[in-house]
Amino acid sequence: MAAPKLMDFDRALELFEPVLGFEVHVELNTKTKMFSDAPNFFGGEPNTNVTPVDLGLPGSLPVVNEQAVRYSISLGLALGCSIAESSRFARKNYFYPDLAKNYQISQHDEPIAYRGSVDVELPDGRTVTVPIERAHMEEDAGKLTHVGGSTGRIQGAEYSLVDYNRAGVPLVEIVTDIIYGAEKDAPELAKAYVSTIRDIVIALGISDAKMERGNLRCDANISLSPRGSGILGTRTETKNVNSLRSVERAIRYEIQRQAAILDAGGTITQETRHWHEDTGRTSAGRPKSDADDYRYFPEPDLLPVQPSTELIEELRQALPEAPALRRRRLREAWGFTELEFRDVVNSGLLNELDATVAAGASPQAARKWWTGEIARLANVAGVDSASLVSAEQVAQLIELIEAGTLTDRLARQVLEGVIAGEGSPAEVVDSRGLAVVSDDGALIAAIDEALAAQPDVLAKIRDGKVQAAGAVIGAVMKAMRGSADAARVRELVLERANSAPE
Amino acid sequence: MTSTDLIRLTAAELADSLAAGDVSSVDATRAHLDRIDGVDGDIHAFLHVARDAALARAGEIDRIRASEDGSSLGPLAGVPLAIKDVLCTLDMPSTAGSRILEGWIPPYDATVVRKIRDAHLVPLGKTNMDEFAMGSSTEHSAYGPTRNPWDLDRIPGGSGGGSAAAVSAFEAPLALGSDTGGSIRQPAAVTGSVGMKPTYGGVSRYGAIALASSLDQVGPVSRTVLDSALLHDVIGGHDPRDSTSIPDTWPSMADAARAGQREGALKGMRVGVVKQLTGDGFQSGVTQRFTEALAVLESAGAEVVEISAPNFEYAIAAYYLILPAEASSNLAKFDSVRFGLRVNPPGGGTVEQVMSATRDAGFGPEVKRRIILGTYALSAGYYDAYYGSAQKVRTLIQRDFDNAFGRVDVLATPSAPTTAFRLGEKLDDPLAMYLNDLTTIPANLAGVPGIGLPIGLAPEDGLPVGIQFMAPARSDARLYTVGAALEQLLEESWGGSLLSRAPELATATVGGR
Amino acid sequence: MSEISAEQVAHLAMLARIELSPEEIASLTVELGSIVDNVAKVSAVATPDLPATSHPIPLVNVFRPDVVGETLTQEQALSGAPEAHDGRFRVSAILGEEQ
Ligand SMILES: [Mg+2]
Ligand SMILES: [Zn+2]
Repeated sequence: MAAPKLMDFDRALELFEPVLGFEVHVELNTKTKMFSDAPNFFGGEPNTNVTPVDLGLPGSLPVVNEQAVRYSISLGLALGCSIAESSRFARKNYFYPDLAKNYQISQHDEPIAYRGSVDVELPDGRTVTVPIERAHMEEDAGKLTHVGGSTGRIQGAEYSLVDYNRAGVPLVEIVTDIIYGAEKDAPELAKAYVSTIRDIVIALGISDAKMERGNLRCDANISLSPRGSGILGTRTETKNVNSLRSVERAIRYEIQRQAAILDAGGTITQETRHWHEDTGRTSAGRPKSDADDYRYFPEPDLLPVQPSTELIEELRQALPEAPALRRRRLREAWGFTELEFRDVVNSGLLNELDATVAAGASPQAARKWWTGEIARLANVAGVDSASLVSAEQVAQLIELIEAGTLTDRLARQVLEGVIAGEGSPAEVVDSRGLAVVSDDGALIAAIDEALAAQPDVLAKIRDGKVQAAGAVIGAVMKAMRGSADAARVRELVLERANSAPE
Repeated sequence: MTSTDLIRLTAAELADSLAAGDVSSVDATRAHLDRIDGVDGDIHAFLHVARDAALARAGEIDRIRASEDGSSLGPLAGVPLAIKDVLCTLDMPSTAGSRILEGWIPPYDATVVRKIRDAHLVPLGKTNMDEFAMGSSTEHSAYGPTRNPWDLDRIPGGSGGGSAAAVSAFEAPLALGSDTGGSIRQPAAVTGSVGMKPTYGGVSRYGAIALASSLDQVGPVSRTVLDSALLHDVIGGHDPRDSTSIPDTWPSMADAARAGQREGALKGMRVGVVKQLTGDGFQSGVTQRFTEALAVLESAGAEVVEISAPNFEYAIAAYYLILPAEASSNLAKFDSVRFGLRVNPPGGGTVEQVMSATRDAGFGPEVKRRIILGTYALSAGYYDAYYGSAQKVRTLIQRDFDNAFGRVDVLATPSAPTTAFRLGEKLDDPLAMYLNDLTTIPANLAGVPGIGLPIGLAPEDGLPVGIQFMAPARSDARLYTVGAALEQLLEESWGGSLLSRAPELATATVGGR
Repeated sequence: MSEISAEQVAHLAMLARIELSPEEIASLTVELGSIVDNVAKVSAVATPDLPATSHPIPLVNVFRPDVVGETLTQEQALSGAPEAHDGRFRVSAILGEEQ
């Protein structure tokens, strides 16, 4: 596949106005699935977390998970939505092998939550209000693995295998209204929006919200409207965008791709497009067609959901603070400068920092590690920082540094080990033998040896030329393979030089 | 007791003999299995006979009865029964009469099947039916038609022709059926047996292979009203696995039936005759027996009044939109991926082509017809005119019922417009076939219960005629009272049951398989 | 007379994933036409103000507690599968020619 032509981003913005829309799927972390009492967990052996309902066996019937309904209402409220007096499930009919019944139980014209908005903060500190059209409940599909062919992708595969462990996992789909006026900030807005949704669901405790695991999935709709035309362009829907940075990149890419096509007199096909993390491109998926006649109708096996005002009020009272308020509170509590704090927010690391501080680390140390080394490693690997290490692990690492067990340099090696799955920081310190040598005996032996080997240096130190100690310190650190605290070595070198016999 | 006697006992009588220790479940079960061996070659009521499993289960139940736990056994313990093949059974194939499910053994039991096992009934096997319960003659079974024990050249009704024929041919005293638009009541009418469609939500649908989810209801099939009531008590009640299951507690249906057998049970009972479901279009012998039955009710103290239900005129039209629409979606799961038939097109093909080839080969013409019709009724641009309108008609029909039940306790109609027709007679005329359910469909659309029982033979052809009673939702017990009362009066006048007048069936030599 | 065409039936068959032969499409077009003519009368009485009934017995808020129950074993899950591999259901290629 030849690389498609792209237009320079700034040029594209001169010619076109980007128009956005997002569908974010949030997997709820209930104990059981949306419509069956199978565990809501889809690792493990294929086709083991399934009941007749999840396999769509003849005769099986769905029953709604009450907790999923409560979570959905809470999410709706947090998105500023109205909660429907009466909402209903509907069947969305289409054939696909990962869809056990060949219809998805979703909601159609009567979603649980509708008409809300969320405030999203851009990197420059501006706040944009994103309008929410609706949030509705539905079930996830199973997982397909394509076998054969060269790529392991659907194209050219010889056959596919289906695991229905994920089938029936509860989802809430959040659909925005059309978003105008994002302009050159469109990519950043996209990222900030998804990040805000993530913050909200984490604060609510209703989802693990790990994008790399698909707990949170963003489908990004984008079209370009020629400046001054007032005409809405044809949109594409980019799927499979599974990290915050990819959301930003995918939007930027689609703007540049669509602009190049339109500028050359071409037309945009209404289609789904797949985001490829490796190449940083999107590729064409299924075109929208007549086949997209989903024949929605009210799910006859399920009954209307009519939450009482008491329940809605109960859930409203239990809502966590809004992300904007929370940010203000945390900034003050941590004593960060405006710049330091925005750096954290823009890196999408607020929750990680909060959790790390909660686990005992100092705010500044937590900030230093998350926005520094961890962010660097995440960037190299092309993943989100949070997928590399947990807040607890980072807090442990910081504790080891502060206790003098690790130098910053050693700590970076320990971090590497933790990321490689070698265990907790303490375990990595043990297994890699990385602790600062605090037993002065070994150090003194090394120092005495080094001093004996460099009598001229010894003499200089004794003459009060303290800078000369550097050569000995270097030799000692080398001998200790870095596992010594340089400051302590320096202290001891001076001590030994002055006390050793003539 | 001889095995001939054993098969002619009602379930209630057999249960009494079992409880008294006069007969063992093994003997009763073997007598029915032998009867199946003898006559089912002609009748073809069964798609699967679980001979060994049935005898083993009967033996277990006999041992329980002999042990100190014996007193804990339920009223129907040890009584054999047949199960419509629409119900999922762990130990027997469950095909719904379709080629697409040939040989499929589900990894779970339907709730009603679990309940009959827990109540120590003995499953004999699975009964024939129109494919996916689509039909009124059982001719749409992929495994060949069932024949009417009254006349082997005639249909046993449908879709539950197998269950109705099994009880009326004395192959089983009881059977389970399902009724989406009359599939229990219409076969009962044409075979001279009894069948009840409970209030929607009164019996669990979990494990009943769905035809139309908002219409389907599982119910009992038997030779007497009391027997249906006894089975209803076993299978009814709330099931948390079926969201549409009614969470209420229910009165004893058997008690209600026994109340009907007492003197004066019909005194003051207001019976409404639906004007729109009588007269034109009904076979003369059907109308005659129906009118006579009403006279019997009146003579027993019931008050018979005419009721108008003007919107019933639209019931068939609404039904033939709602049913195919829901069915088109319910039957989408038959796609060759997780269970059932797979047909690979010549030279292989994509999964889409495999699905399409499988569904072409695995579904019969009536199923395809209804799937296409239902797909049409739900399609973009047609939904409002068809499915949407049909759902509104449903509201009108419910209002007609509400109005009627404001004036009367039960409604009465003939169970079917005609007696059993000949095999093949209506097979090529779907619209004529659909008219067979004229009188039974309104109850499904409104969710109200309906019972069918025999009221005599049509003079012109000597074939059974049935009456249907309907009651308000949740008033199932009332139907057992009225039904048992009328049944008793009629049997007194006949000097026995109607089925005792059915022709003897030729029995094949029992090979002792 | 009905407006149902053979093309329409072919499209419906595609949506319903049934590979119909030209003969089946022809006969279904006729049958469907006459059935639709007969059922179309519902729209005559279905006035805009009339509420639709989707469930015969109106219940609401039927929920299940969020408590884990029994699952099938992998063997049970796959027991009816026409083809299985590595604990999963096997299907032929989802797309045809390389796209
Ligand atoms: Mg599928
Ligand atoms: Zn969705």
